Amino acid sequence: MNDEAIIDVRHLYKSFGDNHVLRDFSMTLAPAENLAVLGKSGSGKSVLIKCIVRLLPLDQGSIEVLHEDVGALDLDQLDELRARVGFLFQSNALYDSMTVRENLEFSLRRHWNAAQRKRGADAAVLEALTDVGLAHTVDMTPAELSGGMRKRIALARTLILRPSIILYDEPTTGLDPITSREISQLIVSVQQKYKTASIIISHDMHCIDITANRVIMLIDGKSYANDTYANLRKSADARIQEFFD
Amino acid sequence: MAQQKIYIRFLDEVGATTRFVLRFFHELIKPRQEYNEFFRQCYWIGYKSLPLVGITALIMGLVLTIQSRPTLVEFGAQALLPAMVSVSLVREISPVITALICAGKIGSGIGAELGSMRVTEQIDAMDVSGTNPFKYLIVTRVMATTLMLPVLSNLSNAIGLYGGYLGVSIRGHVSWHLYWTQVFNALSFGDVIPSLIKTFFFGFAIGIIGCYKGYHSSKGTEGVGRSANSAVVVASLLIFIIDLIAVQITDLLGLT
Repeated sequence: MNDEAIIDVRHLYKSFGDNHVLRDFSMTLAPAENLAVLGKSGSGKSVLIKCIVRLLPLDQGSIEVLHEDVGALDLDQLDELRARVGFLFQSNALYDSMTVRENLEFSLRRHWNAAQRKRGADAAVLEALTDVGLAHTVDMTPAELSGGMRKRIALARTLILRPSIILYDEPTTGLDPITSREISQLIVSVQQKYKTASIIISHDMHCIDITANRVIMLIDGKSYANDTYANLRKSADARIQEFFD
Repeated sequence: MAQQKIYIRFLDEVGATTRFVLRFFHELIKPRQEYNEFFRQCYWIGYKSLPLVGITALIMGLVLTIQSRPTLVEFGAQALLPAMVSVSLVREISPVITALICAGKIGSGIGAELGSMRVTEQIDAMDVSGTNPFKYLIVTRVMATTLMLPVLSNLSNAIGLYGGYLGVSIRGHVSWHLYWTQVFNALSFGDVIPSLIKTFFFGFAIGIIGCYKGYHSSKGTEGVGRSANSAVVVASLLIFIIDLIAVQITDLLGLT
């Protein structure tokens, strides 16, 4: 295995009945790297990152995150690991019965004790919201926010625990081109400020162009290509070119 | 073959529910209780259900009294009306009707709420933030239903008995004092305690089934509707099964 890697996926298999989504998929993620995973809808991109945080169990293979075997952890150990891995859902998954402040504070309840929360929760919430440019929404509810704002709040909720890795599931889906670009730039600025490593699941080529240091193309359940965006764009392979046309 | 599949699916469901119940007790004794969420659920489940339970209990007491009167009059036993109403209400009607109302109102509410949280990935979001959604969502709701149902049932008893007084007063001339004296003379701890104990089980069944159905919801909005619906159906059926078992146990203990 690669000692440098903070995520190391080896020979991963995942099926849903007869639908074999991932077949012998392997990849690594280096510290402070932005890796994009590109593939068609239904190719298993989201399944991959859900397996990484064990929201879905693996059929075969192994995944190490921050040098810990995800499959071997008990629930308490898994909770500790998950606090160091942020996850931005495609649907944002904001808690709709809570305000923005409560959404952000919710993540702290398990990982900070009552005294820490009393002392530092307000400042942590404000800093995370300032990072995404939405400090004024602190007392609003998700229903009062636009799609782009919800995406930013979801990112702020991810940032509040200062994760080492952030997994982005289709971060620009459903957004207009301008907001899409803003979210892509935000991903880059977060990476530069906090030195986080990221896996960005997307089929938005503009988002990948802005954010990714490296791109893996997920085709037929395997890592079909693994290179920089610029090199892939120049590739003569027809299956790769499909994505750029 | 199809029948075999149904049996297997049924056993699968029983196994999954049993694991869910065992996990509930495991999480319940683990440290870091979610007291704020628990009290919030008690407020929603207990206080917010009170008007519906109260109105139903009042009507129940009133109707039971009015409908029982002609038969008792026929046998010249109308003086037993308060005693009959009180034993019927406290032992059986009030706990079961309160539980069925709560299965409809609370069970479906929990099933739909957790179901929509599941399909919009809010439960997954709690999971990946390492917050343990089971402790926050399930333990608090099941504990709240388990503890609030006996409270609601007792209030329902009191309101139902008051309804009985109104029913007696419509056609007869029974004083307030005489009515309640007859009610309390007719009741013993053997009536009240078994009835109280079974309401804890009713509350637990409503909470755990609502939570199980919602927590394992799938297939989008259709799945949410199905979760809410099956939470009510299964909880209602369980209420009758628990009631049957409770009556048998009470009978064996000689408390009837």
